[in-house]
Parts: sequence; structure tokens; C-alpha cells
Amino acid sequence: MTVATQGDLSTLTSKELHYKIVNKDISVMELVEVFLNRIKQYDPQLNAYITVVQDKARAQAIEVDNKIRSGELNHPLAGVPYALKDLFCTQGILTSCGSKMLSNFISPYDATVYDKLNQAGAVLLGKVNMDEFAMGSSNENSFYGAVANPWDLSRIPGGSSGGSAAAVAAGLAAYSLGSDTGGSVRQPASYCGISSIKPTYGRISRYGMTAYASSLDQCGPMARSAEDMALILQTVSGFDGRDSTSANVPVPDYSATLNEPLTGLRIGIPKEFFADGLDADVAKVINEAVEQFKRLGATVKEVSLPNSHLSVAAYYVIAPAEASANLSRFDGVRFGHSCDAPTNLQDLYERSRWEGFGDEVKRRIVIGTYALSSGYYDAYYLKAQKIRRLIKNDFVAAFNDVDVLMGPVTPTTAFKIGEKSDDPIAMYLGDIYTLPISLAGVPAVSIPVGFSDNLPVGLQIIGDYFNEAKLLNVAHQYQQVTDWHRQSPSQFTGA
Amino acid sequence: MAISKTEVVKVAHLARLAIPEDRLEGYTHTISDILDLVAQMNAVNTDDVLPLLNPLDATQLLRADEVTESNQRELYQSVAPRVEDGLYLVPKVIE
Repeated sequence: MTVATQGDLSTLTSKELHYKIVNKDISVMELVEVFLNRIKQYDPQLNAYITVVQDKARAQAIEVDNKIRSGELNHPLAGVPYALKDLFCTQGILTSCGSKMLSNFISPYDATVYDKLNQAGAVLLGKVNMDEFAMGSSNENSFYGAVANPWDLSRIPGGSSGGSAAAVAAGLAAYSLGSDTGGSVRQPASYCGISSIKPTYGRISRYGMTAYASSLDQCGPMARSAEDMALILQTVSGFDGRDSTSANVPVPDYSATLNEPLTGLRIGIPKEFFADGLDADVAKVINEAVEQFKRLGATVKEVSLPNSHLSVAAYYVIAPAEASANLSRFDGVRFGHSCDAPTNLQDLYERSRWEGFGDEVKRRIVIGTYALSSGYYDAYYLKAQKIRRLIKNDFVAAFNDVDVLMGPVTPTTAFKIGEKSDDPIAMYLGDIYTLPISLAGVPAVSIPVGFSDNLPVGLQIIGDYFNEAKLLNVAHQYQQVTDWHRQSPSQFTGA
Repeated sequence: MAISKTEVVKVAHLARLAIPEDRLEGYTHTISDILDLVAQMNAVNTDDVLPLLNPLDATQLLRADEVTESNQRELYQSVAPRVEDGLYLVPKVIE
């Protein structure tokens, strides 16, 4: 196979790749080799992968090829190679969470989503880079180093699912599962020009997805098209008795409604998302995308989410508070990093944790512990939860009048590596358009809708609770009349 | 400063983190900045607002009190730093 052909395959959607397999244009084994070769060739420039599982992928490819041939397997993701963010537990494979703390952790069990993808015959290529414990917006907080943005190697890919976004954008995986606590699939997808969905809180099981902030965390598919996201979401969604927060709500057929026309769709534009702070060029690209929806038959009206400006403050109390509780499990005793020659139990705890966690994680643990400590709980955690109710009420009110909300994912395009790494506050403020959605727990997709200075710009489409089908339908209809989602960074297309 | 160095040391101890002396100044500074940022919340009256603990207002799921998992001690201890005879080893806690 020529290098050019490999490049072509790397830009195809999961659906198209599966079609090629079923059509016998290519075997799963050949396809897996294409991706493994590409990772070998291109990943040194990106640092998207923490672990590549060549042998496992090849073994799985043989098995899936046989099962497809015998008719035992006909799932639409069968044979399609993908990558998992390195916080999904995968038995026998390093699951590092981008942290020194778990740099020796070979998971003894599988996450539910990995189990479901295995049953579907999806082929795991490896585990991808991320901000440590999913805390960050640039992927610079990884023990395994920063990840480069495939559109401009001097820039960040976004975070915390930065490895996932960079791998999919550069054609080093057909799709990836990330996780989103405050914007961690939507923001990197936007910066890297790919599609992503953060489903409703509870839609996808979190069993085996390492916890950051439990009232916010949700798994999110990252892919090349809305059509692919529908297939992936279909595969991994649903109630799981092993996740006590998983929602017992039926999973609709997401692909069945993709082609519904958008005539009469009511779009709300939250005016707060277009206020000061939004880059003028990004605003222009977003407004052009909204115009496209009008041409597809939608009506547009301005709406207000009056409490959304409080989301950064509320999030940076709630998420660290929950993180401080979740990360208390790392004790240097049962698994993870353990310090050398502890003098006593306290020394073992304090030094193992100090050595094992990076600075951003430690900052959030301290903030969270403070917010939960005696005398401060009401002023911080309880107050933040009340604000959270106000933010949720804003969305509930907005969805009385409109079907979806649209706005930017981020105030700017991807920034330079190192530009904000010494300024956590500046980094936090960049999450202003994704945090309200996370706090409310509603679903949102992020799709590429254009470029500003040759860097991708993403549109965020927000829906009502458990209305992922509508979001995918809206995104798919846009992708039927535009080709932003088919653009790839030329440096990585194999030409 | 929204928080003092003494308070940071105290909270870090509660979180079982040993902040070295030479890093204390920097941590205190950044944590103060973050607390200043979250103080925005105080501008809003929330007296009559119920806290939102779960975005779906869902309550904790319960299941029947039955054994559903088998004992996999060896597997789970395979990732432990120090184990002997099926027990986790820690520094001596009783003199």
C-alpha cells in the first residue's frame, strides 16, 4: 500500500472504514497496520499516545477479521481502530491518568465502555495523553509531557482530552473516547477541528473511568463526524448497575433520526456567550455557522443564561472539592506511587502523594479540602451548589422556548504551548462557555465550523436533558451541506 | 491574601500533602488567587435556593444486599507496592 493510500484511509470516518472492511477492500489487519505505521511515523511530533498496544491490536484484528468473515460480528464499529483516553481502565494495560501517581498502574479490570467496544469488535490501538487526572485545559499538565496541536505544532491541542483530539485530527485513530468534566472533550475537539459530544450526565457508564469530580464527569466520544458519534454513543450508552450514577433511561436509535430535516428548528443564542472576551474572528465564524442553520430552515432568537458568568467560580469550588475526596484513595499503600523508605504512616501518605501528584492536581486538592473543611463548607461548597441550581434553572427556562442553544466552545482558537501554563486563573477563564453546560448536566456537541488564522473553530450545540439524538441530527444536517469536518491538517495526511 | 501560609499548611496536612517549605509561598499565592476568583459567588443572594447535588436531582441508587463479586484479592494486590501473605504492608504504627 502506498503512503498516499494510507493517508486517504486516515481521513475516512469510522462508518466509511467499516464499509471498506465489509466490502473486503481492506482487512482489519491491514487497517490496523496502517494506523500503527502512522502512529510510529507521526506521533513523535505530537506525543498523543502514552501507550501503543501493537501486539494486542494485531491479535484483536485477527479475531475480528475471522468473526466478520464468519458472520458472527456485524456491529458498525467492528474492525475500526480507536484510542482511549488514559483514564479508562483496560485490564493488563497501563492506565496512567497522565500522572506519575499511576505511572506503574496496570489496571486489573476493564471499564464498562472498553468492555462494550470489545464486544462490538472495535480495535484498541492504545491509550492517549491527557492532563493529569483530567485537570487542565491544555494537556500541559501531563506527566508524559505536552501534546502538540496537529494544525500548528507550537500550539496546545486543548485539554484535558488533548491526546484524543490530536490523535483523531492527525489520523492516528479513527475515533477516541475522552471524558468531559468542565469541557474536556468539547474544547480540545474545537481546537483540533474534530467533532465531539458530551452526553447528559449519567448517559454513559463511568465504571472504570477514573473519577475526577463525580457530580460532573461524563465520558464523551470524539470523532470525525456526527454520524460516527451516533454510532459510538449508541455502542457505549446505557444503564450500568456498576455505576450508581448511571441513568436508567432508554437509549434511542441515534442513527435513525440523523436525517430529519431542520425545518422549524428553534435555535437560541445565549447573549452571554457573545459578550466581551469572545475573539472577534471566532465570533464571525460562529455567526456564519448560525446563518447556515437558517438556510437549513431553522429560526434563531436571542436567549439569556443570566447566571452563566458564575460558572467558573462555582466549578472551581465543586470540582476541586469532589476531586479532593476522590483522590484521597491514593495512599501509597494499595496501588499507585509509593515513596521510598517511609519513616511512618503519615510520612508514607504525605510524601507518596506529594511526589505522585503534579502541581495543578495538588492545587485543586488543597482548594477542595479547604472548601469542604469545617467552618468553610457553607461558604464554599454549599454556596457553589446553590449557584449550580441557578445555572441549571437558566437552561431549563431556555429550553421552554427553543430546541437547541448555539454558541462558541471557547473564546479564542488554540493558544501557544507555555502561553498560560504559569497562570491557572487565565486558563480557568477560558472554560467560560463549556462550564455552564457541565454544571447543568445537559448534553452538548462541538463541531468544526471554520477557521480563524488557519486554526479550527468549533461550534457548541447544547440540548435538553437526554436529547442527544436532536444534537446529533442538527450536527449531521450541518455536516451534510458543509465540509469543515472533512478537513485534515496537511502535514499528517500522508502526502 | 485570601488564605495565609499557616492555613495552607494546615489544609495540606488535612489532605495528606507534605508541601516543602520552598514551595509554600507559590502555593499560597496561587490558591489565594483562586479563592479571590470564586468569591464572585458572594455577590449573589442564594438564601431561598436549594443546593443542586446531582444535575438530574437523582438520589443514590440502591440494590439488594447480595454478594455479586467474587474474591479477587491476588489480582487486586498485584498492583500494590508492598504485599506479604495477602496483606498490605505499611510502616509500623504501634511502638
